[in-house]
Order: sequence, then structure tokens, then C-alpha cells
Amino acid sequence: MATDVSVIERLPTGIPGFDHIANGGLPRGRTTLVSGTAGSAKTVFASQFLAAGVQLGEAGVFVTFEESPAALRRNMLGFGWNIAEWEEQGRWAFVDASPQADDELMIMGAYDLSALLARIEHAVRRVGATRVSMDSLGAIFNRLADTRVVRNELFRIVTSLKSMGLTAVITAERTHEYGDIGRYGVEEFVTDDVVILRNLLEEEKRRRTVEILKFRGTSHQKGGFPFTVIPGQGIVVIPLSAIELKQRSSNVRISSGSPELDRMCGGGFFRDSIILVSGATGTGKTLMSTTFMASGALRGERSLLFAFEESRDQLARNAIGWGVDFEQMEQDGLLRVVCNYPEVTGLEDQLISIQDEILRFRPQRVAIDSLSALERVSTIKGFREFVIGLTSFIKHQEMAGLYTSTTPTLLGGTSITEAHISTITDSIILLRYVELFGEMRRGLTVLKMRGSAHDKDIREFSIDGTGMHIGRPFRNISGILSGQFTHVAPSEIERLSALFRDEDNPLLPEG
Amino acid sequence: MNGPAPSKIVLHLYVAGRSPRAERAIATLRRLCERELARYECDLVIIDVLADPQQAEARKILATPTLIKEFPEPPRRIIGDLGVPPEELLAALNLPYDGL
Repeated sequence: MATDVSVIERLPTGIPGFDHIANGGLPRGRTTLVSGTAGSAKTVFASQFLAAGVQLGEAGVFVTFEESPAALRRNMLGFGWNIAEWEEQGRWAFVDASPQADDELMIMGAYDLSALLARIEHAVRRVGATRVSMDSLGAIFNRLADTRVVRNELFRIVTSLKSMGLTAVITAERTHEYGDIGRYGVEEFVTDDVVILRNLLEEEKRRRTVEILKFRGTSHQKGGFPFTVIPGQGIVVIPLSAIELKQRSSNVRISSGSPELDRMCGGGFFRDSIILVSGATGTGKTLMSTTFMASGALRGERSLLFAFEESRDQLARNAIGWGVDFEQMEQDGLLRVVCNYPEVTGLEDQLISIQDEILRFRPQRVAIDSLSALERVSTIKGFREFVIGLTSFIKHQEMAGLYTSTTPTLLGGTSITEAHISTITDSIILLRYVELFGEMRRGLTVLKMRGSAHDKDIREFSIDGTGMHIGRPFRNISGILSGQFTHVAPSEIERLSALFRDEDNPLLPEG
Repeated sequence: MNGPAPSKIVLHLYVAGRSPRAERAIATLRRLCERELARYECDLVIIDVLADPQQAEARKILATPTLIKEFPEPPRRIIGDLGVPPEELLAALNLPYDGL
């Protein structure tokens, strides 16, 4: 095959997220093989390729070898695709090559698939199609015994689609998630562009991924990307590592709700930053997020809270205890609380629904309480992808996000959550229990504040009926972060202070 | 063959243009109508899917040549250029073989 020096044009599929990992879409005017095991959403992909096209004003032809058009019309309705209506409008045509119940099929002598090709060509002309889906090849190989003939004929069909300038998707089944691209040697005639859909079982959890194996002569994102299939939408690919770090960064500061904490952060949180609040249970994380949202409400900013650990009533009752009226904020349209159990859906679906809520409510502040609850329901990889996806999305919206994370131990320690996400958050605030002469106190420190100076002290943190209060630094105790407390004599503190001259050199910005 | 012999037989042959395969199938069927099925009123219709893809769509034809015995019921569908002995073909079509 001659190498085409010109840039290969793309056809944006309209499948959310897919065009991103495909660097713009499927190669235009070519046929892409979409291969996957049973239940890997091949038919959904093939249908959505056409449905998204119809929604973009392009007509499509669906060649079905397996399911009847009636079944497809019915099954795809759940994704919001009214195929019957599109057929009436002449924007969708079926070529029904599914097994017919009434006719017994016998083979006597040589044959070809000219009739199928003629029907496809006819349907393409009739609706003026630019897109064709064929689903799925295994079915036709099963019915017509001579695989060599079928292979040759399919090659003829693919060639013909190409000469008509059509962009096509052909699905094929594979028996294993890893190994041959497809059965029956389909890769022999569709070799240029291959997409693989996987439905993996990892740690007893189902995880769907899509991988672009190759686009000949052109670029695409490498590796598997998680996707989910959701009612009303179909396939939604989560582009994760393909996400570009191109969000604008703002110097505008917003208040955390605590003037003292704002001071510790060098003047408040940045407007489009992600703040991680980590602490053991009961150290005041929920209070921190409540204060953060109440502070927004005071300035007329909307906040959206995703709570995965407590019910609405519990949250409202807690807030009242700290002098914050959630109900009033909700009535004023300044707050929306979304509570659900993370166990209900997978993280991919959770991400999509969080994104939808954010786009609908358009808040200035988003709080997630807590991320650790989500960590429970996923694999580590899936969780990391979720956090990256969410963080990137929030930053693109130019809003502030506050995540809470629960440490597994009461004293000191870090959680898996932190280990995986600390590098992608802009600020980290630690809340820790401090044992002080036989009494439990709370301590707070700003561990990281990207792009700004911040207070390095560990300060006492107290909670009462008016909310949170930040007091003096713990000067005579060390080992708070590790949970191995050591009390330091005042004379030693004096000596150390003199050694480092900390007071003369306050608030150096971090790199 | 069950029941009384039919008086009329309707055969539809779907071909793609005038390919050697199509010619072979047509010749076989013509011969069949003239010889083995001479007693019957034999209605052989040739449909070119290239000229008339709608008919192929309506009958959901995949391969060419495809022969459909439309009458008597039930329909029978045979794919291929019919390069088999007449008695085999008649059996496949569920039609009586009278011999010569």
C-alpha cells in the first residue's frame, strides 16, 4: 500500500471521550475494526457511531448480522436513540443480514456476497450515508461455512466502502481479552485501524476499557482507557491520561471560611485549585468542608457537596451544630447536596454522574466528603484514574474543589488515597490528633500550598458551636505527623529557634 | 412429498449481473423446469440484485446466486450456483422427482 503523505483526516465519532483518545476521531474514509469479547459493548459502539453521527447531521447505515433490526431499535432506545424515528426521517437505514427464522438455508455450489454489497450500496445511496456500521462478523462466518469465501467477500465490501468514501466500523468477536485481534482471520482484511474493547474482571470488579491498537499512519493515545455504558448516553470514555494540563491557573484567592486558615495559606485557597484535607475520623474534615461551603454562600457563590458517608439529615444536623444552615443555603440556591453510597455504582459511572451534577449546578465550589469512601469500591488503578479524571474536570471548570480523605489510623499515618493523589492536588491540609499531657487535642497544618507561601506551623485546632478555630502552634511537642509524640523542653525550643532563625525568614514560597 | 402434487411452482433466483455463476444457476434451473418439472407450470423469475437491490433487501438476500422456492409453501432457500444433480436439487427444494 502506498504511503499517504498527506495528513489523514479524522471523522469525529461523537462518542464522548473517544475522539479525545483518538486524537480527533476515526480515520475518515477508512474502516475500523472494533474487536471485543462477548459483552464488551461492541454493538453499542457500532450503534453509537451512527447515532452520534445522526445527531451531528450525518446519515448512517447499520448492517446487522446478528440481532434483528427490531431488537436493535428496542435495545438502543434506552440510550436515547430513537432509531425508528431516524429511519422515517431517512437518516438511518438497516441492512438486515440477521438470520431469518422462516427460511432454511442450504448451500449448493459456489456463491459470493454480491447481494449484500448491492444492498449496502443501495442503502448508502438512499439515505446519503457517510457512516456505516457492520455488527458483527462472527455471525456471518458462523452461518456461511466457507470462511475463505466470506473473508474474500468482506474484503470486497470493505474495499467498496472505501471507494464510496465511507467511514465504517466493523465489529468482530475475540475469545480472549488478550491475544488474537479477532477470530476467522478478520484482521487479514481490516488491518489499518483496530480498536479493542475490553470487559475485564479485576479484583472481582468489572472494568471496561477501550484501547486504540493502531491507526495506520496517524496518531492516537496509547493504552487502555476506562469507559462506561450508561443509560441515556451510551458509551462514555474517560480520557484520563490523555487529559492535557492546559487549564488556566488563577491567582484569585477565595476564603476557606476561616480567616486564620486563610492566613496560614498565604491569603486563602486559589480559586481553581484542589485542596485535600486529610485526617482521622473526628478530626474535623466534614467541618472543614462545611465551613468552606458556608464561606462561599456568604459571598453568593454556589457550592456542590458530594457526600458518600453521611445522609443529608446527618450533614444538615452537623452543620447546624457549627452554626451553618444547610437548608437555608439550599433554599437560596447556594447549595446542593448529593448523597449516595459509593457501593451503588462503579467509579466510572460515579465520575460521569459527578460531572453531570457539576455541569448542571455550575457551582464555584465543590466538596467531596470523602474520597476514602470511594476508594473502598474500586481497584487502586481505577481509583487513581477516577481522582485524576475528577481533578482535571474540576480544574477545567475553574472552580475550587475540596476533597476529604480519612486516614486509617487515629494517630499519624497516611491513607492510600493520599499516596495516590497528593501529587495532583494543589494544597494539602492535615488534621491530626495530638496527645498533650494526657489530653487529646487536634492539630492542623498546611503541608503544601502550590504556588504560594504558607505557614509551616502545626497549630491547635478546636471545634465549638460556632465552627472551627485555629489557635497557637504546638511548640513543645514533636512527632505529631507520625503519631509518635515527644514533648520537648522549652529550653530546647529556644535553642532550635536560635539555630534556624525561623522568625527572620518566614513564609518562603514553595517551588 | 406430502399431500397432492402442486400444479404450479414459483422459483425466484437472485443473481448479481450476468456472471458465469449466475449463468450456471440459470441454465440449471431452466433445464430443471423443462425436464424434471415439465408437468408443472413452472414460474422462474430472475432478479438481478445490482439492478434491483430493493427486492434483495425485501427478501434479505445475502449471497448470490440465491434460489428461493416461493411456492408451494414453505419457502426454501438455496445458496450457490446449483452445481448438483437434479434429484439432489429437487430434494432440497422439497419438490417431487419424477425421473425421466
